[in-house]
Amino acid sequence: MSDGPTPPANAAPPPVRAPVRRHHWIVRVTHWATLLLVTGMIASGLQIYEAYARFGNRGGPLFPSPFDGTQFPHWTRLGGWLAGALNWHFALMWPLVTVGLLYLGYLVQSGEWRALLFRPRDVRGAIDMTRYYLRLRRDHPPQGKHNPLQKLAYTSIYLLGAVAVLTGLAIYKPVQLSWLTALFGGFQATRYWHFWIVWIFVAFTITHVILVFAVDPASFRAMLTGWYRGRFPSRD
Amino acid sequence: MTESQTPRLDRRAFVTLGVAGGAASLVAACGWDGGNAVRPRLLDISRLNDWVGEKILFSPTRLARTYTPAQRSAMLPGYFISNSVPTLENPSAWRLRVDGLVRQPLDLSLDDLMGMPRVTYTVKHHCVEGWSAIATWHGVPVSAVVQRCQPLDAARYIRFVSFDSDYSNGWDMASALHPQTILAYGMNDNPLPPAHGAPLRLYSPTKLGYKMTKYLVSLTFTDKRPGGYWEDQGYPWFAGI
Repeated sequence: MSDGPTPPANAAPPPVRAPVRRHHWIVRVTHWATLLLVTGMIASGLQIYEAYARFGNRGGPLFPSPFDGTQFPHWTRLGGWLAGALNWHFALMWPLVTVGLLYLGYLVQSGEWRALLFRPRDVRGAIDMTRYYLRLRRDHPPQGKHNPLQKLAYTSIYLLGAVAVLTGLAIYKPVQLSWLTALFGGFQATRYWHFWIVWIFVAFTITHVILVFAVDPASFRAMLTGWYRGRFPSRD
Repeated sequence: MTESQTPRLDRRAFVTLGVAGGAASLVAACGWDGGNAVRPRLLDISRLNDWVGEKILFSPTRLARTYTPAQRSAMLPGYFISNSVPTLENPSAWRLRVDGLVRQPLDLSLDDLMGMPRVTYTVKHHCVEGWSAIATWHGVPVSAVVQRCQPLDAARYIRFVSFDSDYSNGWDMASALHPQTILAYGMNDNPLPPAHGAPLRLYSPTKLGYKMTKYLVSLTFTDKRPGGYWEDQGYPWFAGI
């Protein structure tokens, strides 16, 4: 009879964090393919932008933009000149849309959309999470695979991707798809939105990468191998 | 799952990422255009996009939106490839030659063209560079000329040739027969100015500006897809919007 705590009969070895299956290969392939394709789209887009670096009808008022007349650095541009950039842009649009649809199809088919789509019932949780980050609340609110603010971020980026494609089509065929062009406020307004989406994507990506490495570096490896062995192994 | 499996997978994935990332930075680097290996593939895809634009997205009946004269833009740039504005030495001797795969070749004077059905519209001009401007155009539908010259069934394209150096364009028949495709001799209630292609230019609000041949001298009906000044340098051939 000892006074100290008794180890359980069949004691487990010291805890080795078991790897958790995190990302399906479709998610990993489409994730990295999207990175490459969006990089190519932005680089060719910046070359296209150089040909008329402002927004608004000729002789008319211009839309407010800090990038009026800006020529982006040579190394950021793809295509060499306008025709080359257009051909890159209109070639990469096919695999980009294909990859996007493949990914969304997987989310729907697998049911994983439930963990990613921000829905009205997440509003309450998003407020709690915001309060937690602002230190107005001590305990971390309970969450599933992603917290409501993450859901909001991912859902926003899906919507942004859809708007990027739709504004692109509306600039590509402003007569045949005139209803779409009108929906975004006309040809020049559509160019304007198509251009601003770039900077939202860039800001999202920078934030995304900072959060991955600052908060959960193991999630980077998970996006490469599919296996997660980090500190937040929730799998719901 | 054993310990030995994961790192191997990991390393392979890292190498893949490294290769992909390297390719991406190479692609983005130095305003690269793809080089001789990639450029022909891009042009192949551009031809695919031409096909999609022509056969799937283009409607032969859908009209581009029209505007009121009050909505005209204060300016619309004029472009030509010669060193100075191309002009005719003897404007009264100018004729539009219509030939090729037609039953009735034509030589039309400006008066002949003005005596044919007249179309006036105020529409938005879209340049491939990204700018747009609204102007009014006056002219005769290409379809009216087609009615007169009676192309053979084999004629599938029209080649529009100018006296602005060697500028020319090739059009598919469906785009040429669109009701808003005209041979314009007037702009903003005035005769067509020299900077915009006097005495006659092709105009259509369903195409990008570079497809609208200025300073016209001839229309040739053909069964082979004609190239064009910018098209031959890599710009999209169909350029329908």
